[in-house]
Amino acid sequence: MSNLNPGTIEAGAFKSVALIGGIYSNYLALEKALELIEGQADTVVALGDFGAFGPHPDRTLEILRERKIPAIRGNYEEALADGADDCRCGYTDPRDNEFAQLSYDYTRAKTSRQHVAWMAQLPAHIRLSVAGRRVLLSHGSPRRVNEFLWKSATPEPFIRKMLDDYETDVVVCTHTGLHWSRLVAPGRGVVNAGALGRPANDGTPRVWVTLIKDKNGELDVRYLPVHYDFERLAKEMESEKLPPEFIQTVRTGWWTTCLEILPAKERAAGKL
Amino acid sequence: METTAKPIQEGRSYPFSPLFALDTLWLQVAGTLCNLRCTHCFISCSPVNHSHEMMSLEEVKRYLDEARQLGVKEYYLTGGEPFMNKDLFAMLELALKQGPVSILTNALLITPETAARLKDLADVSDYSLELRVSLDGYDAATHDAVRGPGTFDRTLKGVGNLAVAGLNPVITAAEVKDELGARKGRIEFLAFLKSIGLDKPRLKILPILRLGSEIRRSRAYESWESLRGQELTEEEQLALQCSSCRMATSKGVYVCPLLIDSPEARMGETLRDSLRPFELKHQACWTCRATGFSCRT
Repeated sequence: MSNLNPGTIEAGAFKSVALIGGIYSNYLALEKALELIEGQADTVVALGDFGAFGPHPDRTLEILRERKIPAIRGNYEEALADGADDCRCGYTDPRDNEFAQLSYDYTRAKTSRQHVAWMAQLPAHIRLSVAGRRVLLSHGSPRRVNEFLWKSATPEPFIRKMLDDYETDVVVCTHTGLHWSRLVAPGRGVVNAGALGRPANDGTPRVWVTLIKDKNGELDVRYLPVHYDFERLAKEMESEKLPPEFIQTVRTGWWTTCLEILPAKERAAGKL
Repeated sequence: METTAKPIQEGRSYPFSPLFALDTLWLQVAGTLCNLRCTHCFISCSPVNHSHEMMSLEEVKRYLDEARQLGVKEYYLTGGEPFMNKDLFAMLELALKQGPVSILTNALLITPETAARLKDLADVSDYSLELRVSLDGYDAATHDAVRGPGTFDRTLKGVGNLAVAGLNPVITAAEVKDELGARKGRIEFLAFLKSIGLDKPRLKILPILRLGSEIRRSRAYESWESLRGQELTEEEQLALQCSSCRMATSKGVYVCPLLIDSPEARMGETLRDSLRPFELKHQACWTCRATGFSCRT
């Protein structure tokens, strides 16, 4: 039986909200992002997948908990809280699954029990409003924690139905590692917050944080690049004996794994 | 007909697959008509198999309109060989206006001009166009044994035309030999794809389905290969592609791409007719459950 919190939190109305996608244990980028958005947002919400990929998962969790950052859980938190044997990331390719398993085994072994208990009580979704628009925060999608919503594979008719089904104007998600948004009408659509933990497969080591704001009564979505000490992260990953493929991504900004799930357009944009 | 699967067994009950959401719409645009007669084809396609006729542009348009209203997420154009349908490009253009599209092809008809046209359509769409090319092995002997002499080289020519045009197909291999899907087989397959100019090789391995022509090549399902008496959790239901897909052909809407030769898998005339659970009585349902596979890209 799952011991996960079944609830959705209603968080109220805000002028601006910063959104943090998958952190993947990149606590150095998290520190930088929190500095960057200081004073720019009324609140900040972390959208799950705090572990995986990077080193020392507890460091990220300590920052989130010390700063009392509101959060929803991702597939990683669900898997850890349920004591699952794999990350439930939803990959289909055997090579991608091998790397996902290395990440998960490392993260699981290095995450303190008290943090896992904290993960279990996180809500799956948060609802809030910005500029009078109803915003639903989810990890993969409102219906599935590990659904991949890619820009080139999330069409308008599907988005309209999802917004109707979940009685919201905006769905916010992460899980794919790539940030994008698609509006189907003014103030209505999907905002994928991308990832803070891993570069966006664009050949630069920078990562991203998302800001949604009330701009004269209209909803404004912006992606802010976060420049952090990626060399330090890479060195720490080396000392933790994490896969060289991951470290290469941190340094070059090009993905080396999780490539098979990319649709044609997203795959064409990367180097590998 | 000798190639149909064994009749459904009576007795204990079968689990149902609910339709959680209609995310994936398959369109059997070429019917069962194909320029090849592969010995492992699960719907026995050939140049003379008219059991499902080619779809007309009007029929496809009607399903696309309905799909848009229902919020479908992705489209697959298949057959038979889709490029044999004279209206394929018109169908593709319509589909790409409302979502991502995969075309399943043997690439024999993909000339440099066709590849360039596909690339142009892909570039102007907001959504991804995937070309799924069937290549059942990384040597001519394995591939030609099921697809016919000379087809390996002809398919590679089509793949080369796609690559030159800047399209990166997903190579799809049916596991006609056991070792193809294993770790070593995949690594060798990917290395082969790189060697023929696919810099970012994409590979999907499909299990063998003991249906159609394949029954003569290997064997039919055995009686124990059935979901009779089994119960499925919600997670297991979600993993079945029929919990999120339907297949439209010239003869109506079927539960999934595999069962269009099974009258009991026909769910109605329109997509709306088909928005209901399906009883997993067919033995091919056992393969989906046992392997966790989906025809989706």
